[in-house]
Amino acid sequence: MNHPLDCPVCDKGGECPLQDQTMAYGPGESRFVEEKRHYEKPIPISDLVDLDRERCILCDRCTRFADEIAGDPLIQFTERGSSTQVLTFPDEPFSSYFSGNTVQICPVGALTAAPYRFKARPWDLEQVESTCTTCSVGCRVAVESSRNQLVRYLGVDVESVNHGWLCDKGRFDYEAVNSDDRLVTPLVRDDHDQYQLLGTDWGSALARAAEAIKQAGPQRVGIIGGSRLTNEDAYAWAKLARAVIGTDNVDAQLGDGLPADVVLGLPTATIADACEADTVLIVGPDLKEELPILHLRLRVAATKGQTKVIEIGPIATGAEPYAQRSIRCRSGEAAKTLMALLESDDPLGDQLRDGSVVAVLGRASMAESATPALEVASVIRDRLPHATFLPALRRGNVRGALDMGLAPGILPGRTTIDDPSESLINRWQTLPEKAGLDTTAMLQAAATGELDTLILLGADPLRDFPDRNLAIDAFRQAKTVIAIDNFVTESVSHADVVMPSTAYGEQGGTTTNIEGRVSRLAQKITPPGSTREDWMIAAELAWRLGGDLGVGSREEIWCEIEQVAPSHAGVTIERICGPEGHEGILIQGSSIKPTLATPQEPPVVDGYGLRLVSGRKLWDAGTGVSHSPSLRHLAEEPTLKVHPGDLQRLGVSSGTAVRVISTRTTETLLAVADATILRGTAVLPFNQPGGGANRFIDATALVNDIRIETL
Amino acid sequence: MTGIGGTPIPHAPGFVANDTPRIVTARFDYEDSYTLERYEATGGYQGLRKALQQTPEEVHSEVRDATLLGRGGAGFPAGVKWGFCPPGVWPRYLVVNGDESEPGTYKDRLLMELDPHQLIEGCLIACYAVGLSQCFLYVRGEMAVAQERVAKALNDAYSAGYIGKNILDTEFSVDIILHWGAGAYVVGEETALIESLEGNRGMPRLKPPYFPAAVGLYGQPTIVNNVETLSNLPWILEHGAEAFTAIGTESSPGTRMVAVSGHVQRPGVYEIVNGTTTFRDLLYSEEMCGGIRNENQLKAFVPGGGSAPWFTPAQLDLPFEGSQIGPEGSMLGSGAIIVMDETTDIPAAALTLTKFYAHESCGKCVPCREGGPWLEQILRRIVDGLGTPRDLDLLFEVGETICPGDFPHAAVPSRGIEAVPFPYRMTTICFVGPSAFAPIHSALTLFREEFEEKVAGNKNRTMIEVAVDV
Repeated sequence: MNHPLDCPVCDKGGECPLQDQTMAYGPGESRFVEEKRHYEKPIPISDLVDLDRERCILCDRCTRFADEIAGDPLIQFTERGSSTQVLTFPDEPFSSYFSGNTVQICPVGALTAAPYRFKARPWDLEQVESTCTTCSVGCRVAVESSRNQLVRYLGVDVESVNHGWLCDKGRFDYEAVNSDDRLVTPLVRDDHDQYQLLGTDWGSALARAAEAIKQAGPQRVGIIGGSRLTNEDAYAWAKLARAVIGTDNVDAQLGDGLPADVVLGLPTATIADACEADTVLIVGPDLKEELPILHLRLRVAATKGQTKVIEIGPIATGAEPYAQRSIRCRSGEAAKTLMALLESDDPLGDQLRDGSVVAVLGRASMAESATPALEVASVIRDRLPHATFLPALRRGNVRGALDMGLAPGILPGRTTIDDPSESLINRWQTLPEKAGLDTTAMLQAAATGELDTLILLGADPLRDFPDRNLAIDAFRQAKTVIAIDNFVTESVSHADVVMPSTAYGEQGGTTTNIEGRVSRLAQKITPPGSTREDWMIAAELAWRLGGDLGVGSREEIWCEIEQVAPSHAGVTIERICGPEGHEGILIQGSSIKPTLATPQEPPVVDGYGLRLVSGRKLWDAGTGVSHSPSLRHLAEEPTLKVHPGDLQRLGVSSGTAVRVISTRTTETLLAVADATILRGTAVLPFNQPGGGANRFIDATALVNDIRIETL
Repeated sequence: MTGIGGTPIPHAPGFVANDTPRIVTARFDYEDSYTLERYEATGGYQGLRKALQQTPEEVHSEVRDATLLGRGGAGFPAGVKWGFCPPGVWPRYLVVNGDESEPGTYKDRLLMELDPHQLIEGCLIACYAVGLSQCFLYVRGEMAVAQERVAKALNDAYSAGYIGKNILDTEFSVDIILHWGAGAYVVGEETALIESLEGNRGMPRLKPPYFPAAVGLYGQPTIVNNVETLSNLPWILEHGAEAFTAIGTESSPGTRMVAVSGHVQRPGVYEIVNGTTTFRDLLYSEEMCGGIRNENQLKAFVPGGGSAPWFTPAQLDLPFEGSQIGPEGSMLGSGAIIVMDETTDIPAAALTLTKFYAHESCGKCVPCREGGPWLEQILRRIVDGLGTPRDLDLLFEVGETICPGDFPHAAVPSRGIEAVPFPYRMTTICFVGPSAFAPIHSALTLFREEFEEKVAGNKNRTMIEVAVDV
């Protein structure tokens, strides 16, 4: 009745249920001749969502979503009766990580997404179903494009993963794919000016890369990264490394995850298992920041009473409001804390012992090594043998890359280099004799001159590896750095050979989420410039190195994976592309035995020191966010957060600049008091615009401490 | 009569004719009727003492035997309602609906202002009978004096040991919590009241479950009773169910309070004998309203609060008996009688009522949220002389969206129209939506010629012209 007749300029026009109803049942002429409701249109209720109250039909979907699903009740009905309107609270924007979902569920054009607004008409859109690879949860999405530009992602209702929801980063980072900053042509270091990268042709770039690999010899080559790749790309690179180059120095993780044998070897749980378990034990990063939809699923399950969440960690996380218990402990002491809990007469101990348990396990802080997480795994294996694990890993297809053998000592199909499958040996012919180096060891080896050629597969160690100083040393000492990426990241700008690869939405294939669920990716648009798919680059390099990967398409690669990877046997392309593939095909089971660490006493923080805790934020300085115009400004400058008591003790007032000293560097940062932070702990986000914690971290240390001084 | 805080009591309360005992208004004539001293001096808290000597089951059956009909509007027997709590589900709550907001109704306000202890005693008896230890007293936001006096009475009763732990040295303990409304008519609806108590927006809950006795406050069994209903309990316990049923008729025993407003000589709240008193007795008898003002003729009256379909002089001889009023096309509702004499502009009167309901729609159900204000806008342009004959049909069309099917109305003998019995069907959760249409339907059915007169000059106006003018 009061709904305005602005369908011709409305984003929803063409896919609007209200328009459809009116077309189907409404009379041609309205009986309502009165003046309609008028509001200012539209008003931004957050940086990403605009609200047009005139179009709102007050269905309550967005407000209920914000309250019941997202747990950010920041929009509410105000006024009453026909004056009711959806609004935010005064001076409080709808700054939810999940705000984009309200746009998707809005049945009319009342809520529109700022990045999509007026970009396309629904009837011009082409849609294909795919899987989000922004983080490792693997939400199913519908990718939509218009005129060969990605313009919108919609969440697809998949029972086992995302229930139709997406986080705002996953929903809006298509802007990065469309970005003008994309790397579209190969680059090589200018022979005459070492500060200059010159555009070149593929032939020259590949030749130079092959030459560098050849000269170094198999033992002096290292391949870092690969979590951005699809499963097929990862397999091609794993095969290139082992069967052609002859090295096992490959690692998809950047020193911020868990060892591959632990990820692949522990008994696995699915997200649904976690949501139905009696207890979910979170020991790892802030899921709301790093794996938002996993956080959402657990939140909904916990608030509905389906499961109980216990978290053990050094900082207040997004899980705290719905957790049955949030146990704070100093970074590195989670295993000790869990042990103490299980040995006390706390009823939580019985709850863990007697009921089903899913442990969400990851690295709580980039400033601690993997050991504390392994200690926790060891305690759980020892004391709670019935528990299953869900790894909380960083970056999109990290699980798929590990499954495909992009980790030292690991071969495709969750087997080790000591125990290769028959069919794999038949295909690959040769294998390195012993396990190679992981990322940290590769960078250390490069820094001491033991590695000559570093290959970066969509990796940016200078920004993403916990220890920036080590990465800088490695770059300085390595003779050649070959980078394959979508953008000129900081690491790419220091590379000697740069090859542009295709990005999300420009390539097909499959991806694997943290559960081990294989699902399809879809190609929607044609790639820009002369970018190539990563497996093609591997195949070309193999040829130039005198080998042959023996594959000519993604389909061929998958057929080979299905044959040589024991865990993936029987998962055929037909199954993945069939109706079963809508949910993704869950692959569990592995022959790997994990090596865990026994709990050890972490070093005591001295009286002047603060233990450094560093996690990633959803809105960070990563490539996805920083190349999306709508998201870029959401990332905040880093501040050092410290308990007000500690600040007072050090004679620092909140909001002032302080000198921060670690074993690596001394720099000036803004210190802010935050009472939620444990005393003796300092929290610094890992990768924000203007720098992050990686300058302060020593990757070889179990934990990192810093000191604060007044300027 | 004196008021507190500069709020005078506007109308002198009435009394019962024919020497029948005054049940709930007995203390209204005392200036200090609201104090604990006066209450105790006039037999206060005797019903409670008597109840505490019996078992809860005995008290419950006493109330059931008294056939005490709910005085909030629906007229459902209180004793039966109490029995709806599912067995074995605890805790349970008693919620007192003091959110009296029906247009024309102001009886509960007087009960809370002038005799709060009687209400408190009623609450305690109800709690004892059903076995409750928590009672919430929800008083309408606008009733400042009532809030003050109920609060004072609660404090006094706590100090005197009538409320709290081990009441009157028995095992019986009850806490009564006073809660103020925030000013919404719809919160008088019991599920909306519960939502409001829980701290949510005052919106009715989707039904079923139809009775909060099954699922109510905080999801627990909850009994919601009207102020007047509970105020009857001390008298019933003190004098027995038999004495109560001796008054009035078998199906509507006791007395009830009616609030008369409009064009009568002496508007006010009257306690009348239930079931036997007729509208003519009430409006024309010398001891009550004393007839229509200025010796005018009665044109129409609303028999049961602003949402009830209207009656005409032809229905004057009906008694206050729900089973007789229903088939005649209306309801007794909250006992508010609004009297309109021959000088009344009927469309304007309907507009006044519709405007109220349109404004008070909570917005949960679309037919009410959008239909109410639309009805108001159409009616307003008719009253302003801008409507067209098409608008009269449009009013019915919009009303049909809220209440499909025949809408109840009184008979119009002069036009050969027969009565349509109560109730109506509706597309909304609660009665606010139909209430917006009720005055329009009655006015348009009973006095169509007055509307036709107003739109007669605009026969050839198109809707576009109307739109431009509006």
